[in-house]
Amino acid sequence: MSPEPLHSSMPLLSLLVWLPILGGALCLLVGNSRPQAARWLALLVALVALVLSIPLFTAFDMANPGMQFVEQHAWIPTYAIQYHLGADGISVALIALTTLTTVLVLIGAWGSVSERVAQYYAAFLFLEGLMIGVFCAMDAMLFYVFFEGMLIPMFLIIGVWGGPRRIYASIKFFLYTFLGSVFMLVGLVWLYLQGGSWQLADMYALPLSMPAQTWLFFAFLIAFAVKVPMFPVHTWLPDAHVEAPTGGSVILAAIMLKIGGYGFLRFSLPIVPDASQAYAWVVIALSLIAVVYIGLVALVQDDMKKLIAYSSISHMGFVTLGTFIAFALVRDFGNLDAARLGLQGAMVQMISHGFVSGAMFSCVGVVYDRMHTRMIKDYGGVANVMPWFAFFMVLFAMANSGLPGTSGFVGEFMVILASFQDHPLLAFTAATTLITGAAYTLWLTKRVIWGDITNPHVAEMQDIDFREWIVLGVFAAGVLLIGLWPKPLTDLMEPSIAQLASQLAATKL
Amino acid sequence: MTTMPTAADLLPLLPELVLVGGAFALLMLDLFLDESRRIVTHVLAIALLLVAGWLAFSGVGGQGTVLGGMFVRDAMGDVLKGGACLLTALALVYAWPFLRQRGLYKGEIAVLMLFAVAGMMLLISAGSLVMVYLGLEMLALCSYALVAIDRDNGLASEAAMKYFVLGSLSSGMLLYGLSLLYGATGTLDLAQLRSAIAASQETGLLLTGTVFAVAGIAFKFGAAPFHMWVPDTYQGAPTPITLFLGSAPELGSFALAFRLLESGVGPLDERWRLLMAGLAVASLVIGNLVALMQTNLKRMLAYSAISHIGFLFLGFAGGGAQGYAAAMFYVLSYALMSAAAFGSIIVLSNQGFEADRIDDFKGLNARSPWLAGLVLCIMASLAGVPPFLGFWAKLAVLRAAVQGDMLWLAIVGIVAAVIGAFYYLRVIKVMYFDEAPADAPAPRDNRPLRIAFAVNALALLVLGIFWNPIMAWCQQAFGA
Repeated sequence: MSPEPLHSSMPLLSLLVWLPILGGALCLLVGNSRPQAARWLALLVALVALVLSIPLFTAFDMANPGMQFVEQHAWIPTYAIQYHLGADGISVALIALTTLTTVLVLIGAWGSVSERVAQYYAAFLFLEGLMIGVFCAMDAMLFYVFFEGMLIPMFLIIGVWGGPRRIYASIKFFLYTFLGSVFMLVGLVWLYLQGGSWQLADMYALPLSMPAQTWLFFAFLIAFAVKVPMFPVHTWLPDAHVEAPTGGSVILAAIMLKIGGYGFLRFSLPIVPDASQAYAWVVIALSLIAVVYIGLVALVQDDMKKLIAYSSISHMGFVTLGTFIAFALVRDFGNLDAARLGLQGAMVQMISHGFVSGAMFSCVGVVYDRMHTRMIKDYGGVANVMPWFAFFMVLFAMANSGLPGTSGFVGEFMVILASFQDHPLLAFTAATTLITGAAYTLWLTKRVIWGDITNPHVAEMQDIDFREWIVLGVFAAGVLLIGLWPKPLTDLMEPSIAQLASQLAATKL
Repeated sequence: MTTMPTAADLLPLLPELVLVGGAFALLMLDLFLDESRRIVTHVLAIALLLVAGWLAFSGVGGQGTVLGGMFVRDAMGDVLKGGACLLTALALVYAWPFLRQRGLYKGEIAVLMLFAVAGMMLLISAGSLVMVYLGLEMLALCSYALVAIDRDNGLASEAAMKYFVLGSLSSGMLLYGLSLLYGATGTLDLAQLRSAIAASQETGLLLTGTVFAVAGIAFKFGAAPFHMWVPDTYQGAPTPITLFLGSAPELGSFALAFRLLESGVGPLDERWRLLMAGLAVASLVIGNLVALMQTNLKRMLAYSAISHIGFLFLGFAGGGAQGYAAAMFYVLSYALMSAAAFGSIIVLSNQGFEADRIDDFKGLNARSPWLAGLVLCIMASLAGVPPFLGFWAKLAVLRAAVQGDMLWLAIVGIVAAVIGAFYYLRVIKVMYFDEAPADAPAPRDNRPLRIAFAVNALALLVLGIFWNPIMAWCQQAFGA
């Protein structure tokens, strides 16, 4: 029983999708020869998009778990594809994360990107529009178009502005994610032929046999597991992160990985609930491996970006764990409250990881711009010359290791609590991250921030300027806000999550 | 059947009559034009194609089966004919600066293309086995001559020779298959053939005939394992001729397949659908894997063409009205993409510089971001990345395969698409990630060419967002 969707008078979501895309096209017209004009134009567009995402909160009806700001038009009648956008609490949170992060990324690139500037900024604006599209598409084919359309701008961002092994990394990124999603495409085509509709709502209502659900479950799993990424299909991520320019890494970590987690919530859970329940153990096992094993892998990295990339995989393990532990809880104990806690934890972890990982990559970008190396051994004693930077970096490191009071703690704690209700051993295994996570992050800060200056180049580094201060400051505010007062965020998502949880218990057989 | 055709009989042939009449007039006119005024032939030929295409597409002359069942004018034919005329006009625009610069633009180029289109149009409207063969041969003879137009070039002559020998072989196979069908049923008329097969108990001879016919179709399309002529011909022929061969005639091949397989031996579809599925798998695998290793862009696009034919065959393998609509949508989209892809080579080429190696595209983004962006659209469309047109074409044939209970074929198709994505990405990679060589010549600066290319490439994006009308035509053509 979902209430009537709320139709909005102004096509807010369309504006949020298309304004950045048009802005990106304008940026291309400005051209690489006028970098300053392109920068200001892009920033202006991104700021307008950020402002436009404010009404999403103010006009949002918290009591309504269904889709709001709905826009529904015929697009391709011959194939029953509709231009259908809508947002619930989950989407609104992720859209806001996207618009905010994009602004920060564009500011962050102000001084550090000097080649092909207009194209760089345009690529990020295209990405922004497409990512927002992913988060509000209510038609499976529209979702797929946005989902795949992102590949090309990201491919170019990594390949054009990336590090030494950028070509290898960009092609690996593209082919990995492309391979993952085409299986989903066949699954969606099959679903369309069964139900005659691409609308997610119709797919939710479509009864499916267990073998069909199993096939679809694994098709979705491949698509979203590659995006998250989950062990063992995570290997593209360290390469992509390391080689991407700072902005690319931030967007990848902060938003694109979330699309995998979002996909599980929007597709796997409601469309194939029975198969998801039957195979939840697969995802839970893979998540725990990610949390524990990838955490250990992060420990031995000597490249800062690689370390953060592996830590991302490990943290995203909590997202998938929280999502699928909910199934185990409903199946084994009928415990809907704990299931909601797990889902809620997964969502909070997504948003929090968006801030923390984005901030960590921005920090690496700050020192990389000065030293042009990402190797941990080249640094040491940075706090002596860059006190402000050290302050922010240590704060984000604390959040990354899940210190209470920061956002990193909230989501992980909720997921651990939920898994404890299923089996203490699960919770115990997941909780080891509090040790390994602290170990690799604190060790990183020890080697980079503290100690004496051993490299003479470090002594010449300037502290962060105003522009960098803004970027890191906004990230820090987000980290602390969610850490200290997560209630607005959880309230925003609660009705939608409660509705999702109620779907967990329903069977489609 | 022996009565003289009346005016009402000829009216549905109006587009063909206009085209052929105009072509003869142009052939005469060209004799009296000297080299410096050849542009008149060129422009008139384009105008003639546009008029004929419009006449066909807008249905002037009315539909119906005339000339004793030899000629069928239907909705499918009108769309395909309109498309073939438009694509050929586009090919002529591309051809002008390139062939002109090399002294190859004789008046015969335009006239040969016009007659090739006339052949295609007859093939598209064929109502009997004889008309199928006549239309096909008219198209083929013009194509052989076009490939051989650069007769002093060894590579082009070799290409023409291979094309001619293998093309004749395939015509022979097709003719043999048709003669078996004729022998088994005693009729040349496709509609009668169909009802005779439906009533017939005997299948041995019919199946043998069908297999040969399918082999002939596969040859003309260039589907593996009958693809041997494609890479050499595509690489050796002058690029505008390759562009022409790779676009409009594919529409004719589609009509050939539809007329023979559905209108003719339709009742045997359970058998030939499996054959088409097998050909699809072979084409997808061979086309994509071999394309990975190519360094010459024309050759790579030739193998890419083979793999695209594999995708197109998914629609036939899926069968049914939706399957044919999907295949038709695919052939229209692919012809447009293929024209754009070869068009990019023409735009980048210049005097003494063919621009047909992938390395010739190095650093294009630094030289001309606009052209690089257009080529990016083309490659993304060929790779099947949404929202470009190529993606929707793939979606349509995947749907047809899944609907025809060939899920396994759809999965082969998507895996092939991922493999294929790599070599298209490589073109994007050299344009955007690599440095331009210092001595790279400037892209060709010919205004009509630049405009045609931009429209062609951007159409892949625009039609990728608004592809509903095209799919609607395709579905109407088959009553889906």
